[in-house]
Parts: sequence; structure tokens; C-alpha cells
Amino acid sequence: MRSRTFAPLLAAILLLAGPARAQLTIEIIGGGANQIPIAVLPFAGESALPQSITEIIEQDLSRSGRFRAIFVGGVSPPPTEIAQVNFPEWKSRLADAVVIGQAQRLSDGKFEVRFRLLDVLKQSQIGGIAFTLTAAQTRLTAHKIADFIYEKMTGERGVFSTRVAYVVKQGTRYELRVADADGQNAQSILISSEPIMSPAWSPDGTRMAYVSFQNKKPILFVQNLTASKQPAPVANYRGSNSAPAWSPDGKQLAAVLTKDGTSQIYLMSADGTNLRRFTVSGGIDTEPFFTPDGQSIYFTSDRGGSPQIYRMPAGGGESVRITFEGDYNVSPRISPDGKILAYISRVSGRFQLMAMDLESKQVQTLTDGQRDESPSFAPNGRIILYATDVDNRGVLAAVSSDGRFKQRLGIQAADVREPSWGPFLGN
Amino acid sequence: MKKALFSALSLALLYGCASTPVEPERPAAPSVQTPGLPVAPPLAERPVQPAAPQIDLSKRSVFFEYDKYDVRDEYRPVLQAHGKYLAENRGKKMLVQGNCDERGSREYNIALGQRRAEGVKRMLVLMGATEAQVEPVSLGEEKPRCSDHAEGCWSQNRRSDMLYGGEY
Repeated sequence: MRSRTFAPLLAAILLLAGPARAQLTIEIIGGGANQIPIAVLPFAGESALPQSITEIIEQDLSRSGRFRAIFVGGVSPPPTEIAQVNFPEWKSRLADAVVIGQAQRLSDGKFEVRFRLLDVLKQSQIGGIAFTLTAAQTRLTAHKIADFIYEKMTGERGVFSTRVAYVVKQGTRYELRVADADGQNAQSILISSEPIMSPAWSPDGTRMAYVSFQNKKPILFVQNLTASKQPAPVANYRGSNSAPAWSPDGKQLAAVLTKDGTSQIYLMSADGTNLRRFTVSGGIDTEPFFTPDGQSIYFTSDRGGSPQIYRMPAGGGESVRITFEGDYNVSPRISPDGKILAYISRVSGRFQLMAMDLESKQVQTLTDGQRDESPSFAPNGRIILYATDVDNRGVLAAVSSDGRFKQRLGIQAADVREPSWGPFLGN
Repeated sequence: MKKALFSALSLALLYGCASTPVEPERPAAPSVQTPGLPVAPPLAERPVQPAAPQIDLSKRSVFFEYDKYDVRDEYRPVLQAHGKYLAENRGKKMLVQGNCDERGSREYNIALGQRRAEGVKRMLVLMGATEAQVEPVSLGEEKPRCSDHAEGCWSQNRRSDMLYGGEY
């Protein structure tokens, strides 16, 4: 069994303001297909931890839509070794897999948590890990365990230990927040009496670019999330500065400036130096997005008469039009594997999320909202987070990339918008 | 006498919309920006004899059709007044903020709002202002005057606002 001690990576993400107020709550509103039935048994000794680690694991797995939690009542004491597991019982409860584990406090005040993921039919261990952690790392440990289980059972990387950024508006108070993917543990990055938009994580998760209106016009900032420094404006030219997008190597930003007249896309180093123009058209070019291989930039342009999505080589060259159905296609985002283009399309006056397979060019409608916007892929490409509204309140929603599984995330008495899913962090 | 009457009439036409009582342009919505925006003194009562032309700078907004950014003719007099004021006061600066209704991508609306600000700036420059005096910027859909999902509200948000230095 592997043993891991966490470098306090998450603790090192020092955030300027303190813990945020009301948290993001998550509501599942559409079931997924082919859910894997899994029994997550309580870990022996887990009451020593500040939170129930198995409850967090079970909630993570259920919320992903890929798992169905099997009832684990009536098993006492919780088994900690394979020999103690009653496999026929779990087979009769129709579980494909069982998770067992144990936790104990160590003499130095830290904790050890170890778990095993077991195959019910084969009656054997699929895998297991032992962790050493501080009390403050309980949630993160639970998410890492859920990631491990998710990956072993689905073959895809889990995103339970990633973070999401979003903007909260309450009256005239705007906050840029970062929370765990389950909505917990929200921290304020920026609080302002003027709007904030377009948060964009650097690929290594250490910096956040965003647009702030604190000077009564849009200005682009980059904030270092790991150091308590004043955010630096990287673009404050005449007119409007917006739509930041990171190159995959984290060294460059694409952004939209109006310094030369119309809204055009420029490239710059991550600190704002070395500015050079990227698009040249007489109209609007905006919403740049790098492909994961860094070779191309997708963007929105009305050069053809209506807003459509185009692609250009990152080093410059001919642009190619990508969308042809409808008269309003905007907000291009490419999946981490480079195969899917997610975007917003206006269909009969409604703004909805679409996914195009870039090879076959087939388009699927993923949502049927009225005002869906700002899509953001999870780093495993499996879920798309986006903004919408319900009952006159801005909320976030998530849909699986095949359109089948849906969730809604909101905060009471506030508008939530502009989501941006952060990258995988470390290992 | 005839000449004076003619001048009085043409002035009345030119400042037609400005001679009506200045009604508040902003609905009393709590989230509206820049409270306490100084308003130019209301037009003096029209004298019997035509006086020097009054410039009404209290009108600050230009409104637009959906997806459009061209400045309609009805706003020429307003922009003429401001352009003339800027021409005669080279030390004055103005910020033109373009806005959109809530529909569509926020970033695309920044660009559309910018076009609406640019359109007003271009007019002001034609009317006498210099490029350096007027900075066009966009607020996109980020600072709406109202929040209903209907045309009555959307039409209020499709606009450019002119702000003089010291007002922002």
C-alpha cells in the first residue's frame, strides 16, 4: 500500500480575504445513466477526525452522477481488513464495489487514514492508500480518496479535489470566490463595489486573471493566489480590456483590447509586457481560447456579419470559421482532450449550451435554458460548469459532457455567475 | 425683426427636445451607478427676445436598438450640445460608457457596449471634441439600470452614458 504525506499545497494557496459567507449548495436535478453501485462503509475510528470522511467520499461519488450509494447500515463493527468483509452480503445488496478503511490519531497530533477499494464479485482488493494528514486536511483527503475510487472504477480522472472560481453579486457588492468542487471551503479572492468578470485560472492553478470595473472601465488584472501581493493590472489601455485566456504553458495571455479602435485580440506575456496584436478585422473579435496543445486559438468574431466561432493558428495566419448553424454562436471552450468545442448558441431567442465534436462536426444541444452562458470544462473534460438563472437569481449549473447528468449550484439571496473550473493540482 | 424671429424659430427647432422640462432620465432604482451626478442647471425661461443659445448638458444618455450600435438622428442635438461644450472647454474630459441588455455573452456584450461608446465618441468628435478628450469604454451588461427579463427593461439598458471628469 502506498503511503502519502501531503505537502500543504492547499494551505499554501493563501487567499487575501477571509472565509466567505454563505456557501454554494448543490442540487442534483437530472439522473445519470449506468451508475456504479458502491458501498462506502464507515471507517473504523473516523470519529477522531473533525469531519466524517466517509460521508464526504459518498457525497462526492453520488454527486458525480456516475455512482449510486448502496445502503451500508447494519454492519458493525466496520471491517478494516479484507478477511472481515462479508462479500456475499454486498453481492446481495447489488454493490459492485465496497470501500473500507480506518483512521487514527498519531502521537504528533496528525492523523493516519488508510482505505481499501474492493471488488465484490472477485472478492479482492482493487487498490488502497494510506495518508498522513493534519485535521485541516480531512476534506482534501476525502476528496483524494473519492478521486482514487472514481478513477479505478470509471477509468477517468476524478475532479473532487479541484477548485472552482465564481463571482457572487449581492446588491452592489461583488466577490470573486474560490471554493472546493463540492462548494465547500469558499474563500474570497477579491471584494469590490464594482463588477468583476471573466475569471481565468492559470494552467498551474497559482494565478487568476480577471476583469475588474473598479476604475469605471474594464481593466485586466492577474492575481497571485499563493502570495499575499497586490494584484497587478496587466492591461489598462484606452477603452476596454477584457476576456483573458491563458496559453497552456502559462507564459502568455490572450486578451481583448480596444486601444486601436475596435475590440480585437492581442497576445502578451503573463505580466502584460510584450504586447502584440493577434486578430485584424474591422469588427468585433473576442473571447479567445487556446487549444490544449497551444497550437490554435478559438475566438468569437462578427467578421462574417454575425457572431460566430473561428479558429486561427496561435502564431498567426488564416482564420477558419467553425460554426455555421444559427446567427449567434459565442463563448468557445475546448475540452482538455482537444476533441470537443463547447459554446453558447442563440436558438429562437434562447441562449443554450452546445457541444460540437470537432472531428465529425456533429453538434449536440446540452441544455435547454433561456440565458445559459460562460461554460467551463472540468479538467477531466467530463463535466461542463456554466451560469444560468432560476427564479430570477443567477445560479451555476453543471451538465455532463454527454448531456445526461445535471446539477444546479446556488447561494441563497445572491447572484452567482462567471464560473471557472480550476486545474488538477499537483498529484 | 424677421431675422431675429427666424433665429428664434431655428433655435427652438434645434433645441426642441431640450426645451421641454428636463425629466429625470434615471428610474429610481437603488442599484444605479453614480448617484449625485451633477446636472447642468435647467434651461432658463425662454426670453421674449432670443438670447445667446443655451447649451443643455443635462441629457447624458443615448439609447440603441437590439444588436445595434448606430446613433439615431434624434440624438444629434444632444451630441451637438456636448460636442460644442467640449470644443469650447478643451480642458474638460469625458468618459462615454456603453451598455447592453442582459442577453448574450458577457464578453461579447463588452465589445458591443464598446461599439455603442465609440459611436457616441465619433459623433462628439464630429461636433467639435478632440479624440483625447473623450474615452469610450464599455460596461457590457454589468451595470444595468433594471433587471426584468423584458423589453421594457432591456431598452433602458441599451445605451451610452456621457460622464464628465469629476463625475466618476
